Amino acid sequence: MRNWLTTVTFAALASTALSAPALSADAVRIGFITTLSTPAGYIGEDLRDAFNLVINQEGGKLGGVPVDLLVEDDGLKPANAKQIAERMAGDGVKLFSGVNFSNVLAAVAPTVLDAGAFYVSLNPGPSVFAGEGCRPNYFVASYQNDSYHEAGGLAANELGYKRMVILAPNYQAGRDALAGFKRSYKGEVLAEIYTKLDQTDFSVEFARLRSMKPDAIYQFHPGGAGINFAKQYANSGVAKDIPMVLPMFSMDQRMLGASGEASKGYYVAANWSAGLDNPANKEFVSAFEAAYDRTPTVYAAQAYDTARLIGSALHAVDGNLDDTEGFRAAMMKADFASVRGNFRFGPNQHAIQDWYLMKIAPGTDGKLAHIVERKVADGMQDSYAASCTF
Amino acid sequence: MSTLLIEQILNGLQYGAMLFLLASGLTLIFGIMGVINLTHGSFYMVGAFCAAHAATATGSFAAAILAALVGAGLYGLIMELVVIRRLYARDHLDQVLATFGMILFTNELVTVVFGRTPPFMDIPDFLSGTVQLLPDLSYPVVRLSFILVGALVAIGLWALITRTRIGMLIRAGADDRSMVDALGVDIRRLFSLVFALGAVLCGLAGVMTAPLLAVEIGMGERILITTFVVIVVGGVGSVRGALIGALLVGMVDSLGRAYIPITLYDLLPPEIASTLAAGLVSASIYVLMAVILLVRPRGLLPARG
Repeated sequence: MRNWLTTVTFAALASTALSAPALSADAVRIGFITTLSTPAGYIGEDLRDAFNLVINQEGGKLGGVPVDLLVEDDGLKPANAKQIAERMAGDGVKLFSGVNFSNVLAAVAPTVLDAGAFYVSLNPGPSVFAGEGCRPNYFVASYQNDSYHEAGGLAANELGYKRMVILAPNYQAGRDALAGFKRSYKGEVLAEIYTKLDQTDFSVEFARLRSMKPDAIYQFHPGGAGINFAKQYANSGVAKDIPMVLPMFSMDQRMLGASGEASKGYYVAANWSAGLDNPANKEFVSAFEAAYDRTPTVYAAQAYDTARLIGSALHAVDGNLDDTEGFRAAMMKADFASVRGNFRFGPNQHAIQDWYLMKIAPGTDGKLAHIVERKVADGMQDSYAASCTF
Repeated sequence: MSTLLIEQILNGLQYGAMLFLLASGLTLIFGIMGVINLTHGSFYMVGAFCAAHAATATGSFAAAILAALVGAGLYGLIMELVVIRRLYARDHLDQVLATFGMILFTNELVTVVFGRTPPFMDIPDFLSGTVQLLPDLSYPVVRLSFILVGALVAIGLWALITRTRIGMLIRAGADDRSMVDALGVDIRRLFSLVFALGAVLCGLAGVMTAPLLAVEIGMGERILITTFVVIVVGGVGSVRGALIGALLVGMVDSLGRAYIPITLYDLLPPEIASTLAAGLVSASIYVLMAVILLVRPRGLLPARG
């Protein structure tokens, strides 16, 4: 019995070991390092699933070129991610994507680029690589980090708020967010409140808000903290008197589900919503819902675009990543229909796109969704592009 | 200004009440059974997840409470029987390693059972909205009820420990385990019960915070360190110490978060004030802990001596 089992096990192991390289002999390998564990794991899950959706739609190919997606979990630790990137680059992987946090990207991007490979970002666009630190093999298909908050400032202008209080957690991205907001906001900032990074209860801040009586607030709290903020804001009664503007990260589609009616009426600045009216988006949303039985997040939309963008470039060079110049040129063309509508690359290889003011309200199915109110920026370029030279 | 102060005191009481629910169980386990249990925060997470899913499935808040208490209590009991029980005789390093491992295990288990999407739990109708306490101060009902539950649990635990036979055995078992054992009391079963009681209190904290806070993987670890600060401040092993510690930490945190920035903005230019204030606010409870340990190295009201 035991012998029989051992033989079968060995046979099974041997066959997978043999067949794996055989399958991928001529496939382009794509290193996909993302965060699948930790509370932020749902973001990595959406990135991976949307990327895979494109590959599955094409039957294992991107742009007609067979690909192998090598997904690894970084556990939201830059050191882990760097190790994985080093190992993959050492194995000859020439194309990377997947990272969902700026601090992890800061570890992965230089590792990948120094090894002569490409990195295409599907979420963070930190300022360090957007201006003077831009690199020829580095593309950001999502957004430059500051743009989100600049769009938030524009949205607040559009809504006519003259006196605002702005809040963010006390870490690099939080401080950058508020700086970005102030760059485009024309009214008066009554106070900048920095919350603790792991803070869960915001009652104290709300009491201060009440005493300052601003026209509205802008807040950037991603993940669980954002859900806490929205729920408590509604419950504390401040929401009735002081409207809230926030970037999509502070209330993405999954967070919307987790905060229930609380987030109704909040204003959101974003580059995409499930209801955005263009054919590519309609196709994406229904394909994603059919495949995974849930509404896609903005992260999924960006990952889907990134996969299609990579597909268009792979198609142009017929999967030959050694043709660096050809691949770069094809990427710059961005020859695909983005689910975000207008899409092109700026001189620093960061996305140029439209930004919207949305309101959280019941959609056609009665469930709360991000309903587009109006466009606040047409083809906005980030504020670092001018200082990038290759 | 006085409205702000009253509101902050209420916030401090409410935060203190939640910390007390977590700290009272932890201090019983740590101080009386001598086990450093890092998994304590996980019971809080299990309670919150059970509550949120029961509330979604049945639409009833009573079902959510029941699910949280039973879920967290059962999980605690199983954990004690399978893992913790083997750790009583080991040194603290083994306990830290083993219970840290159980945090990772529990996070993974909850992900497998409930999925990664943060579940949603609404505030029940009878607790939603605010009450007008002063002409210009309205306060959420749910937060007031939090303070009330904290107070009731404090009274209940005090009665259990000082007025009942089980309480007497717990106190005696903490002082001399083998003597109680020799008197014919099954000390192991007693400890299992204490452990499960601690987990049930975590479940209670979980069901209460679920409507207010995000229910997510890892929510227990965030609160764990503050809970340890509470029992160190209050004195390890005593429920009275946990109560005093929880209230102190809650107050210092709430008042600090309100008044440190206000004061600094009056004194310094905004760029310096914002950074300094954020730093001081984050550090306030640790400064409190340091000061108290300087004056009373065993905490304010330690269990023994």
